[in-house]
Amino acid sequence: MKYKVNEKGYYGDFGGAYIPEMLYPNVEELRQNYLKIIDDADFQKEFHQLMKDYVGRPSPLYLANRLSARYGANIFLKREDLNHTGAHKINNTIGQILLAEKLGKKRIIAETGAGQHGVATATVCALRNLECVIYMGEVDIERQAPNVARMKMLGAKVVPASSGSKTLKDATNEAMRDWINNPVDTHYIIGSVVGPHPYPDMVAIFQSIISEETKKQLIEQTGNDQPDYVLACVGGGSNAMGMFYHFMEDENVKLIAVEAAGKGVSSGFSAATTYLGKEGVLHGSRSILMQTDDGQVVEPHSVSAGLDYPGIGPQHAHLFKTGRGKYVSITDEESLDAGLLLTQLEGIIPAIESAHALAYLEKMEFKGGENVVVCLSGRGDKDLDTYIKYFKL
Amino acid sequence: MNRIKQLFEEKKNILSIYYTAGFPNIGDTIKIAEALEKSGADMLEIGFPYSDPVADGPVIQASSKKSLDQGMNLKLLFEQLKDLRKSVTIPVLLMGYVNPVLQFGVKNFCKACAEVGVDGCIVPDLPMVEYEEFYKGCFEEHNLSNVFLITPQTADERIHKIDGLTNGFIYLLSSSATTGKNLEVGNTTENYFSRIKNMNLKNPTMIGFGISDKQTFDKACSYANGAIIGTAFVKAIENGNIEENVSEFMKKFKS
Repeated sequence: MKYKVNEKGYYGDFGGAYIPEMLYPNVEELRQNYLKIIDDADFQKEFHQLMKDYVGRPSPLYLANRLSARYGANIFLKREDLNHTGAHKINNTIGQILLAEKLGKKRIIAETGAGQHGVATATVCALRNLECVIYMGEVDIERQAPNVARMKMLGAKVVPASSGSKTLKDATNEAMRDWINNPVDTHYIIGSVVGPHPYPDMVAIFQSIISEETKKQLIEQTGNDQPDYVLACVGGGSNAMGMFYHFMEDENVKLIAVEAAGKGVSSGFSAATTYLGKEGVLHGSRSILMQTDDGQVVEPHSVSAGLDYPGIGPQHAHLFKTGRGKYVSITDEESLDAGLLLTQLEGIIPAIESAHALAYLEKMEFKGGENVVVCLSGRGDKDLDTYIKYFKL
Repeated sequence: MNRIKQLFEEKKNILSIYYTAGFPNIGDTIKIAEALEKSGADMLEIGFPYSDPVADGPVIQASSKKSLDQGMNLKLLFEQLKDLRKSVTIPVLLMGYVNPVLQFGVKNFCKACAEVGVDGCIVPDLPMVEYEEFYKGCFEEHNLSNVFLITPQTADERIHKIDGLTNGFIYLLSSSATTGKNLEVGNTTENYFSRIKNMNLKNPTMIGFGISDKQTFDKACSYANGAIIGTAFVKAIENGNIEENVSEFMKKFKS
């Protein structure tokens, strides 16, 4: 259990709940109840029923033959892109909406960057008939118009965040402000393993279904539930945490987290948090974040809106600091090339976020025959414009 | 003796003013402090800006952003405050978010506060448990008060705990809200203020968030030792001559 949260809400040096008093009652209510609610048999039954019939789980673990031949290793893709709404985000929103209902909440708020978490939240709010308000940076609203339309069709109110850089970080600030101003009836569905304790743990638990299934599927397909490598991309880090969760204590399984280098780690346009960041506090937890010497948060850059975040979740910071996980980065161009490669070799268009994880395969050396699992966290439909522009299709 | 303690022993209906350091112009920090003392403010809260101020409404967000864009940081702020005590005698607190303090170093921060004559701090996102374990000793060593916030949703037990850890005053938020919302004193707010008043806390209390005129100030004073004005003041000094704006603003509360 050395990589899981302790009773004080910390992962080693990271985590905690750095929140103004206005948020304390809400966060404390969650802290006292989340495990009790999640462990309840009826909750589990309803959660797994929805996962199966509504989300379409288990998601396949697909042995990508042509990709495997290219790299000389057995490359398995965990197909989160086949989930309803097109990404892993729905695992968490289903879990949290059921939890919010148990807490008697009537109104749901969320932040979104690319719009994937916003769509997944608006979807479950439609499903459960709850009021839904999504905060999204003005810049992201412009560059992710189809997802804005989807959220509106689903009945959500999309509120532009016009402060700061007008992207994900600012949308998160606005959602927190909303929560401060609506302390009683509102639940905030954070989309990643960030935020004050218990959010990072709660989101990780809901996303852990990814590695839980992967282990079973590996036994069926290879006879061994422990692969040599597990790879996933990291923005805040929710798909990676879900993918790593049940492998963390298996010390012989190498965990590789791929951050977005943007235009290059030294270019000034990057989101490679572990490379560029220092320890500090952002959005309610102590972790690693990109900041100035004065502790002001630095604006990140990535071609992929889902990785365009200046921090990582506290559990990732702990895996990084202890050396349990290897944290690497991939540039915008490398990720787009990897996206096209997967499309042409396997007939799967990946989200640019997930393409970052795929791109790292190019940099690995295999002896031959290793088992490698890559989390294909989302599908690339939302990224067609970016692909089209880059490859001049 | 700490200036804050002395103030509360000597005065009622205390008027405390918040403003953002380095706003509207980077060099205004001391000028505003002097003008406020001259116009009758009893205590000052100088905000050090942060890029992601989640507890603040649009006015203080904008002032923080402008201040940062103009080059404000903690190091510069302490330089600006170097001669604070040559011209300002009233208690001064620094208010801001925890990350700049962490990067400056907690010990360095406390030491710098003591050196320039700052009397206390308000760091809204510093959790009580962290303060107790890692900050309290250092704050006390430098004779710095630490002020915690409470809201209408804060449970009695927690209020008592906060009262035990605070040594200056307790900051009573009139409602759970980001800064700059108007104070609507309905029955619920009055019940909450009365509840706190009847708890016989060892620390004095100041009501903040939503105080903008004489009427709301007087109302707040009937329940607490005084009130804090932030957003309304920051708005009032946005444009024009600092001295004139400050004196004009303060007249409203002194009639």
